[in-house]
Amino acid sequence: MLNVYNILETIRMIQDECLDIRTITMGISLLDCIDTDIDKACEKVYNKIVDRAKNLVPVGQQIEKEYGIPIINKRISVTPVAMLASACPGQNPVKFAKALQKAADTCGVNFIGGYSALVQKGFSAGDEALIRSIPEALDVTNNICSSVNIGSTKSGINMDAVKLMGQIVKETAVRTADRDCIGAAKLVVFCNAVEDNPFMAGAFHGVGEPDCEIHVGVSGPGVVRAALTKYPDASINEIADIIKKTAFKITRMGQLVGARASELLGVPFGIVDLSLAPTPAIGDSVAHILEEMGLEQCGTHGTTACLAMLNDAVKKGGVMASSTVGGLSGAFIPVSEDAGMIDAAVAGTLSLEKLEAMTAVCSVGLDMIVVPGDIAPETISAIIADEAAIGMVNTKTTAVRLIPAVGKKEGETLEFGGLLGSGPVMPIRTKSAAKFINRGGRIPAPMHSLKN
Amino acid sequence: MRAVVTVIGKDNVGILHKVSGICAEMGANVIEVTQSVLQDMFAMIMLVDISGMDKDFAELVDRMTALGSELGLSIHTMHEDIFNSMHNI
Repeated sequence: MLNVYNILETIRMIQDECLDIRTITMGISLLDCIDTDIDKACEKVYNKIVDRAKNLVPVGQQIEKEYGIPIINKRISVTPVAMLASACPGQNPVKFAKALQKAADTCGVNFIGGYSALVQKGFSAGDEALIRSIPEALDVTNNICSSVNIGSTKSGINMDAVKLMGQIVKETAVRTADRDCIGAAKLVVFCNAVEDNPFMAGAFHGVGEPDCEIHVGVSGPGVVRAALTKYPDASINEIADIIKKTAFKITRMGQLVGARASELLGVPFGIVDLSLAPTPAIGDSVAHILEEMGLEQCGTHGTTACLAMLNDAVKKGGVMASSTVGGLSGAFIPVSEDAGMIDAAVAGTLSLEKLEAMTAVCSVGLDMIVVPGDIAPETISAIIADEAAIGMVNTKTTAVRLIPAVGKKEGETLEFGGLLGSGPVMPIRTKSAAKFINRGGRIPAPMHSLKN
Repeated sequence: MRAVVTVIGKDNVGILHKVSGICAEMGANVIEVTQSVLQDMFAMIMLVDISGMDKDFAELVDRMTALGSELGLSIHTMHEDIFNSMHNI
């Protein structure tokens, strides 16, 4: 039964508290587009994506209108392109990136993710060529996202790939230095990457997924914070309950939108990703939720504990609201995309080390962090290795999305605009880890990977 | 299939008439109306049956939104499923 209070609550959430569907993402398998002739393969890729996703944007707009809920992004994720590139040795994989961009333009989607390689145990044919082409691919395209999985709990960490990715991240930033190093903001390095993630930059369509499916990523940090402001004196377990109830409502909305999109597009419904995804807009910040719990500023002592509770409560509330939860599902802490995180980083309260600790208890990792432009590639690799180790040992997804701010130093700011926001250049340790990184090889999988 | 129309804003002559007029034109049958005026603020929630509509639901949404901007009111037109799914288990 409808009641006035519930109706007004929903409208308030959307209008005043920035509740929205962050993305509907169509996952499309490109395995049937593999061809030894790269031009033919690119043509098949373009045709398949356009065939499956031509109605994605209009359907998204129809649902926005039907339910009165904004759907911020319409996206596509595809099979890791390295798998297609492996059939075309000696060819430049950037051709695939251009074909993806053309498909993105035709379909009108915001992003296509999947210019990716999975190298947690080693490089197969095509992987290394694809990884080396990432800087060029992200330079010559606008809406393509790239990711590389360099480790997993089951396989350990591929340190050769970690070393290479340090160089690639730096090179990508350098190639796009005239555009605020935007290329590096579209490149993420994973440990334990998930195959059904709807969020960028790390979305790709795993090989175990069906031919085509629809995922939904919800948002709503502002709603959680607004719910907490009504209970200034509640105990922590009462707060956990409030968050659970709010997460339930947010996720139900995601489930409804996903089911409707699946019905209208005639493709199976994949998952709802429960993540609390912030935006730089006022009132849409995960940091402000933590501050509402009683921290003077995000990043101070106590932040990790608050975030652990938030992340857990979001999952507990969300999991009941959807039968098909997946993706990354947790609270995101991208620094440049969160007004409260930006303030805390500028004030010096939030450090790289604290963020690293926070990533041990939430999804996903060191995200959208601007570092000095003169950072050594080995230092980037070492940061990736640290983060991957947290993911590997804790059997969780971790990721690194660092943006070396070419020509800028600590205290200066990079402005990306839009959902990506702006980020202050954060200080890093200056002692070298080059010898460790240059050793190469592989960190063996931890003991608890042997579960069989 | 039903939709919920909410109207919030400064009270004025003929709001209910104009909103229900659009419903009638579009073939949306008004089932229930709750309305209150508190200190000049008008708040109305209208439940309408949209299954017999001869036009697209999106058109109804657009016309209500346009009426809202014309009268300086906040008018939302949403399918009832969103409220049912968010607030009921």
